[in-house]
Amino acid sequence: MEAFLAAAIVAAMPLLFATLGELLTEKSGSLNLGVEGMMLIGAVIGFITAYGTGSPGAALLGAFGAGAAGALIFAVVTVTLRGNQVVTGLTLTIFGSGFASFVGDPLIGKSVPKTVQAFFAPAPVPGLSEVPFIGPVFFRQDAFVYLGYALVVLISIYLYKTRPGLNMRAIGESTAAADASGVAIDFHKYAHILFGGGLCGLGGAYLALVYVPMWQADVVTGRGWIAVALVIFASWNPAKAFAGSFLFGALSILGFRLQSMGFHISQYLVDMFPYIATIAIVIISTHKNRKEDLPPADLSVPYFREER
Amino acid sequence: MADDVRPDVPAIEMRGISKAFGSAVANRDIDLTVRYGEIHALLGENGAGKSTLMNMLSGIYRPDSGSIFVGGREAVFAAPRDSIKRGIGMIHQHFKLVDVMTAWENIALGSAGGLLLNRKRISQEITELSDRYGLDIKPDRKVYEMSVGEKQTLEILKVLYRGARILIMDEPTAVLTPQEIGKLFAIIRNMKEQGCAIVIITHKLNEVMEVSDRITVLRRGEAIATVETACVEIPSLIEMMVGRRMDLSIKRPPCEGAEELLRVDGVTVTGKDRKSALDGISFTLHSHEILGVAGVAGSGQKELCETIAGLQAAEKGRIFFEGQNILGKSPRDIIRLGIRMGFIPEDRLGMGLVGSMDIVHNIILKEYQGQKGVVLRRGPSAQKAQRIVERLDILTPSIHTPVSRLSGGNIQKVLLGREIDSDPKVLITAYPVRGLDIGASYRIYDLLNEQKAKGVGIIFIGEDLDVLIELCDRILVLSGGCVTGELDGARASKEEVGFLMTGGAA
Amino acid sequence: MILPLRITKKDDVPRRQMAAVLVVSIGLALFFSGVVMLFFGLNPIQVFGTIVQGAFGTAMRLEQTMIKAVPLTIASLGILVAFKMKFWNIGGEGQIMMGAFAASWVALYHQGLPAGAMLPLMALASIAAGGVWALIPAIFKAKMGTNETIFTLMMNYIAIKFVMYLQYGPWKDPASQGFPKIPKFPDAALLPDVGGMHAGWVLMLALTGLVFLFMNFTKKGYEIAVVGESLDTARYAGMNIPAIIMTAMFISGGLCGLVGFVQASAIEKTLTWGLSSNYGFTAIITTWLARLNAVTTLFVCLAFAVLLQGADYIQLALHVPAAVAQVVQGIILFFVLGSDFFLRYRVKWIGLARARKEAVQ
Repeated sequence: MEAFLAAAIVAAMPLLFATLGELLTEKSGSLNLGVEGMMLIGAVIGFITAYGTGSPGAALLGAFGAGAAGALIFAVVTVTLRGNQVVTGLTLTIFGSGFASFVGDPLIGKSVPKTVQAFFAPAPVPGLSEVPFIGPVFFRQDAFVYLGYALVVLISIYLYKTRPGLNMRAIGESTAAADASGVAIDFHKYAHILFGGGLCGLGGAYLALVYVPMWQADVVTGRGWIAVALVIFASWNPAKAFAGSFLFGALSILGFRLQSMGFHISQYLVDMFPYIATIAIVIISTHKNRKEDLPPADLSVPYFREER
Repeated sequence: MADDVRPDVPAIEMRGISKAFGSAVANRDIDLTVRYGEIHALLGENGAGKSTLMNMLSGIYRPDSGSIFVGGREAVFAAPRDSIKRGIGMIHQHFKLVDVMTAWENIALGSAGGLLLNRKRISQEITELSDRYGLDIKPDRKVYEMSVGEKQTLEILKVLYRGARILIMDEPTAVLTPQEIGKLFAIIRNMKEQGCAIVIITHKLNEVMEVSDRITVLRRGEAIATVETACVEIPSLIEMMVGRRMDLSIKRPPCEGAEELLRVDGVTVTGKDRKSALDGISFTLHSHEILGVAGVAGSGQKELCETIAGLQAAEKGRIFFEGQNILGKSPRDIIRLGIRMGFIPEDRLGMGLVGSMDIVHNIILKEYQGQKGVVLRRGPSAQKAQRIVERLDILTPSIHTPVSRLSGGNIQKVLLGREIDSDPKVLITAYPVRGLDIGASYRIYDLLNEQKAKGVGIIFIGEDLDVLIELCDRILVLSGGCVTGELDGARASKEEVGFLMTGGAA
Repeated sequence: MILPLRITKKDDVPRRQMAAVLVVSIGLALFFSGVVMLFFGLNPIQVFGTIVQGAFGTAMRLEQTMIKAVPLTIASLGILVAFKMKFWNIGGEGQIMMGAFAASWVALYHQGLPAGAMLPLMALASIAAGGVWALIPAIFKAKMGTNETIFTLMMNYIAIKFVMYLQYGPWKDPASQGFPKIPKFPDAALLPDVGGMHAGWVLMLALTGLVFLFMNFTKKGYEIAVVGESLDTARYAGMNIPAIIMTAMFISGGLCGLVGFVQASAIEKTLTWGLSSNYGFTAIITTWLARLNAVTTLFVCLAFAVLLQGADYIQLALHVPAAVAQVVQGIILFFVLGSDFFLRYRVKWIGLARARKEAVQ
């Protein structure tokens, strides 16, 4: 059980990073449906950098930058040029998957260099890793996982305890009110879309570098979309995003687990679980009533100050 | 930084300000001077360009030409934050508050300070400030729980918190009861005593006379005159506003031969937030009458209209249309039963019309259900559109122009024209003159009176108590989803209606 | 930011200007795609030249181009119906798969049927299956307001996994010596040729006309447009909104399902899990570029088919991954989406001096 949950944490990380990235983007008022695309762009650039330099730091930086670059396209088209967010996001996904297959083509089947693999080896946290149950599940993981934990905490503090967090939440809820209060709208939107895209890129890179340590073009397989659904599931709350990612991480490895326990279910049917579960949470999320659980009120509403 | 207050230097000086939206000129070469320690009224009818002018002062719009001086120094505002920095605060007609946030969060929003938010300190600052100006606010209350009056108080505090010395209020009294208006004026006078410059935008003459020191009148985007309030009379103000001598009283032809058309009996409706939006409402509507409905915004007016029109499900109660219970029937059923009912909803382009479609396709909206077969027939509706355009003098390039391209008054005429054209027996109108200029408003009143003379029973949801009292035969007052009173239009007073609007006896 | 620009809203845009902006943005997109290719060490002129050759060079390549235009157009028409209602159906892929599945079920398990009955039955089955697959999210949307974007997308993965399950499991051809493939269709289930290529093109033209008439000249088409503009207005007019959403989505999914039938019957001659070939996604781009007009859609899809076929060809001729087509498509749409801005707003140069003055504050 402990081993299963520890593996679930690893499987949860790509989802968690992408979910947090999309959460920041949506909180600041933009609905970027290009998560899948940004994860793919991050994955391929992260992999290429790792393959070329052997440096894990450069790979992660490259993945973050690549995800942010993908998000930059979205930001320019939707924020500055006020294009339709839904279609722009979808296009980013199509673009990203094309980009990843195009750029990654020569790398198919290549593996992650040893130096990078070593970086992502589990590193138990002294003390905490000895706590029964909690230790083996949460604290005998790799550095990336700890970064994930840190992000959940930092983003929670950022959103609810800091001035910039308040300002960006206000943009998502009422852009006009934030603008009239003197908040710099475009700056905040750009910043969060880009940072969010960077996190999606990191999530994708983790898939390519650690989860499947070999390049394959369809490495993300819908996780970006699951992340979009998890944001709704989590009611735009980072802590709940962690819980949701954990749940889906567990679900995605359940198939292996069941098969190894001797259940004879087709791999392909088991593969459907996360997608069916995603639909289930989207349906359940329809029934939210508390004002605080609803999407940001101005999510994906275009804003032009001089609109009359 | 906000500029130092020097009494000899005007707070605001606007010189030669012009602003156009596309081909429509909103402001043309306007000069305006506002002093510290004065209440300056910006008077003009809807569409005269008052809000546009002030939005340039608050950094929302940028002028096409002209210059602005604040405290004697030139100012160019690229965004609202630039205007805030120069000590200007604007309270918009549609409040710019974040619903899901608390009062203190709204006040802290966009303000300078450290990285971390200190709720305690900000709350304390808010309390001190509200004591000083005699305001009443609970820092931890969420905006969505607040009444309209509370929201306005919050907006004022928000502006004061930023140290604004120049306050602009856009139609601050539009949504308040007479009692609340009294309180607001006391606050404004208090701020004036403390040396603030205050601009209030309004189209209500008696309020201008009551509270302001000086008045600048705008008409069709131009500044007509600036006068001392003490030296001017209402009729000359009207002339400056409208451009001609005009009697602003509204006609109320006597109603004759009234018979019961609609009887609403104990209707209860649960709103989205699970509280009851309507609570056991009962009243009757007769032919040949205009029944006014007064109430603070959000007292159940919307639900009342939509329930009668069949758009909103009710918990219990009955609605009789000439003796037949129509509650629970959909608009489709109502049309099929041959019940002739017209409905002018509050949100014209969001509910009554499709903005991106032309006049013909907006006429079809109410016609196509009656057409047989699968094919959409445009011919008859195009003829009808032409007829309506001619009859109501709708200004439009053609009947194939998207309605969103028309002016507010013409949009309303399309909607009203369509509803009247089907010869309704009952006509429900929600805020039918909101945002219209004086000419268009009086045209609408005339049209309603015409319908009344033909025997139509009209429900008129209104916000301007003067209009309700002058136009309506009877006035129903709603408060918190209950009927708190029913008054005879000819004998009601504003104070009486205002008292009932806030719950009456309770 | 210091920008010497002033942005104001425009009222009216003449058609000629709309066309000009479109042409300029597509030109810029192609130019930019060229820059990207240069960056990856490709010669853009050679790549674009080879794409054109690959699409038109020989009669056979031209046929291949048309073969790609057929599924793309029909899927786009399906997406159009949903998008007009602002129902973001991005489940085209799954609806194509389910349509193909149903057509295959008819073809493989009713082998005795004559061609005259077989093909119509397959077509109807594919429409029904694609329609039902789209109807599931539509019902939840209509009754509960469930977000359709993620729902329809997840339905794609489920449909593809389902067909994979069939292909690797119960439907695997026992005669294929362990190779995971489904048996070929009987001859009666293969779409015949008309005028040199499979009959799908007739279907494509007929459906373009039908969808155009449906959207512009029927009551249902009008209702769909009103629902897309404003739910409140639809409610006000007494429209039965759930019924409209469900009808429109059944049509949308049904058209996509029909694509599955065409591809299974005429191209693959069986069911395979890769059969949808991204047509369901590409259709989103083409539909949007065509501004939700059926006739325009046909032409946009023909142009995109050139790009797709050309990309397949450069993979053979230049060993450039065909995914380059997806990249170019994405770039084109980004530019077109962005170019709308210049139709809706007027950008005026106010001069650097004034911009600096404003920035000083």
